[in-house]
Amino acid sequence: MEILKQQSNIDFLGRRRIALIVSTALLVTACTGFLVRGLNLGIDFTGGTLVEVGYQDPVQIEAVRAALAESGFDDAVVQYFGTPRDVMVRLPATFTRQDASAAEISSGVMVALRKPYSEILVETSATDRQQCTRNQDSLDCSVQMRRVEFVGPQVGDELANQGGLAMLYALLGILVYVTYRFEWRFALGSVAALVHDVVITVGVFSVFQLEFSLPVLAAVLAVIGYSLNDTIVVYDRIRENFRKMRKQGVLEIMNTAINQTLPRTILTSLTTLLVVGTLLTLGGEIIRGFSLALLVGVIVGTYSSIFVASPIVMALGISREDMMPVQKEGAVADGQP
Amino acid sequence: MLNQTAWWKYLVILIVTVTGLFYALPNIFGSDPGLQVRGARGLAVESSVLQRVESALKTEGIAYKSVLQDETGIKVRFRDDETQLRAKEVVERALGTQYSTAFTLLSGAPAWLTDSGALPMYLGLDLRGGVHFLLQVDMDSAISRARERYRDDIKTALREDKIRYRSVTLNSNGDLEANIRNLEQRNQAVDLLRQEFPDVRIVEDENRPGLLLGQFSESLVEEIRTFALEQNLTALRNRVDQLGVAEPVVQRQGDDRIVIQLPGVQDTARAKTILGRAATLQMHLVDEKNNASAVESGQAPAGSRLYRFRDGRRILLKKRVIYSGDNIIDAAASLDTQTGGPIVSISLDSAAATINSRITAENVGNRMAVVYLEFVSETKRDENGNMVLDEQGTPERVTTRIEEVLTAPVIREQLGKRYQIEGLDSVDEARDLALMLRSGALAAPVEIIEERTVGPSLGQANITQGFRSVTVGFVLVLLFMMVYYRVFGVMAMTALALNLVLIVAVLSMLQATLTLPGVAGIVLTVGMAVDANVLIFERIREEIRNRNSPQASIHLGYDRALSTIIDANITTLIAALVLFNFGTGPIKGFAVTLSIGIMTSMFSAIMVTRMLINWHYGGKSVKRLRI
Repeated sequence: MEILKQQSNIDFLGRRRIALIVSTALLVTACTGFLVRGLNLGIDFTGGTLVEVGYQDPVQIEAVRAALAESGFDDAVVQYFGTPRDVMVRLPATFTRQDASAAEISSGVMVALRKPYSEILVETSATDRQQCTRNQDSLDCSVQMRRVEFVGPQVGDELANQGGLAMLYALLGILVYVTYRFEWRFALGSVAALVHDVVITVGVFSVFQLEFSLPVLAAVLAVIGYSLNDTIVVYDRIRENFRKMRKQGVLEIMNTAINQTLPRTILTSLTTLLVVGTLLTLGGEIIRGFSLALLVGVIVGTYSSIFVASPIVMALGISREDMMPVQKEGAVADGQP
Repeated sequence: MLNQTAWWKYLVILIVTVTGLFYALPNIFGSDPGLQVRGARGLAVESSVLQRVESALKTEGIAYKSVLQDETGIKVRFRDDETQLRAKEVVERALGTQYSTAFTLLSGAPAWLTDSGALPMYLGLDLRGGVHFLLQVDMDSAISRARERYRDDIKTALREDKIRYRSVTLNSNGDLEANIRNLEQRNQAVDLLRQEFPDVRIVEDENRPGLLLGQFSESLVEEIRTFALEQNLTALRNRVDQLGVAEPVVQRQGDDRIVIQLPGVQDTARAKTILGRAATLQMHLVDEKNNASAVESGQAPAGSRLYRFRDGRRILLKKRVIYSGDNIIDAAASLDTQTGGPIVSISLDSAAATINSRITAENVGNRMAVVYLEFVSETKRDENGNMVLDEQGTPERVTTRIEEVLTAPVIREQLGKRYQIEGLDSVDEARDLALMLRSGALAAPVEIIEERTVGPSLGQANITQGFRSVTVGFVLVLLFMMVYYRVFGVMAMTALALNLVLIVAVLSMLQATLTLPGVAGIVLTVGMAVDANVLIFERIREEIRNRNSPQASIHLGYDRALSTIIDANITTLIAALVLFNFGTGPIKGFAVTLSIGIMTSMFSAIMVTRMLINWHYGGKSVKRLRI
């Protein structure tokens, strides 16, 4: 089976105007999103307390909220997490209490969440009962602690700084490697495409106010890796064609390269999207943001390696002479005498 | 002849595959609930304990799968969680406080595997459940306490040498200032201090004669910091041991932070109380000559200081510390047989026991006070609850010193090595205090600045979801590749399956922590690893279109795709390495599996598929490739 029986001959670079408009529109939307709505940063970056619990039966959010307010947690943000049995409570880093250190707030929240359910006696499975006994508190079996996260404000700030730095280092490392293996115009083109992908992916999180957490940041960095992978494959072919196609112009050489690699670009995006889709549907609530960032990033990355990376190299004025210094090809293949 | 595989490549592939399978093998056995018995405070577990454990379980009729003793202690394996739970109570009762009993998961892999070093993957806390703490050590407090100690030592040294001083204080720079008017005595003091305190630089202040400055050298400050961190690590390890946790992790992170990981712990409230407290005891004599209420407003008499009981009553104590919590070698909580109130029984080391018997003998009829001392370190906040930053932009910390007199009983007779203290509010408090005294004091107060706890049900759900994602992702890609590339697709997927085995093997070998994002990294590798094969196969198709022979097309396809694959993978590896270095918990796990996946996929997607295809087509006359 083949998607394209014959090699396609689409004039991608001839449509670079349209691509420019599309990319600009997306980038402007993303940047407007940042400026107007900002990012909905998770507690990894802002600091704060997060408690996720699972109730035996569906609960009313208002009841939980009331129970928390009664215990003095008025600032708590309460929402369902996936199902009406699962509840997530968040408190900002600025929340303080006289009687407890910052790290002990989560314990107070757990106590408050257990309170209205302590009278209810429910049938529990063996593992639940064991957990209750281990807690030495047999009353809380209708509320199960799923996850507690507390991030002190200094840790949050550090993570945000380190995250930004990591992004910068990754881009720098790539700039150096691509300059070394190709040429500076290619390096600039690939990094521009990466910045494009990162801004748009993060922009989606800003525009739709999705939570931007540590795993999402990891996904964005993975998108850098993926999108670059795509771009390098196209660049490699452009380099090869510059040496082979002596008579054609720059535009034709690049177009041919993009067309030659098109089946691969589509296929790899498809297989990656298959697994990312699997993660999104089966991976559970915790890595949903992560999967979503990958999904957006893979789509945008595929687009940019065709419509952004190469046009920029052309716009920077690449010529045949720049590509001529002959580099050694890869290792000797097996089976050769 | 084209498309023959060199003999050494067969060998490499064979060795890698066999090694990979061997190290991946322990992961298929699953694990059993178990108990781990260790000696408290690092004591060795004698072989007689093994018999005691076995006989206790037999008497109670608790069935166990196996029991064995190794250098880490005794491990008992059970069929289910409930037996494990009952067994813990039984074993604890049988062994007493000399040993700590902890829940654990024991791998079901047979001994011949684990003995030869093949262990299952180490699951992160988000998969097995448990709690992760990051503690900030308040170094400023450690240093200022050290300065105060030096100040007191210098006073004592001067006094003992009969050098008269007006004052010895700490100035705002943290330097010591000794005010000695007499010129002759000052020179004498310089010599004495230089000899006794070589770490402190003694300089004379030209502008203010009579003043000696004592400056702390950088190396001394560094030494204090290192010591504080080491001491805290030791004390925290002891406390963690007391919590009864199998496979705990207590590690330094950077200059002033400590990471603690407690797998399987859910009762984080107690863990937090015990880890975060820098509490100790100090014994003082009560100043019987002066009346506390009389000196309330004015200055306390020289050598004495005003303290408070828990209920706010005041009491005047002699400043001199007779001995402190550091001298306590054992402490146990119990109930007083007469009053029924909670007490802590204390055993002293020999130095303190000598002092104790001398002082108590001299002071029969007087009172001795037990002072509870706790340092609480917190990030400083303004009235809006925001952090206060200093000039360097680091958050300022405030250390609160809590001093409470627990009890001040009359000394009825000469005391020695052992005695009891009372005046505690509850049994729980007595238990925690005893634990802290046993584990040793923290040299510097700590604050928990990060906590991540995952309950057991969520951990299990994460494992299930992660496993399902890998399987479904793999099957989807498998179907796709088989339909699209037929024979070649099957070979690519065989290589991908081997790739998964290799990732698991490398993770097991390195004993790197597998986290949920790590599982996501594996899933992503499944999608991206076929990229190398897609590149090769598309290239082969192209070469066929260019009217090359089938054999030549295979050869050229692999040959020409190679540099592209390497370039593309190295750039991805750069991103993965940056992620790893940035790495805190979740991100590091992702970076680890992604990097491993990239490297193993180069091997499987290039070498292994080539071998398979050479087997199938190599050396034959092929008219048409089924690709």
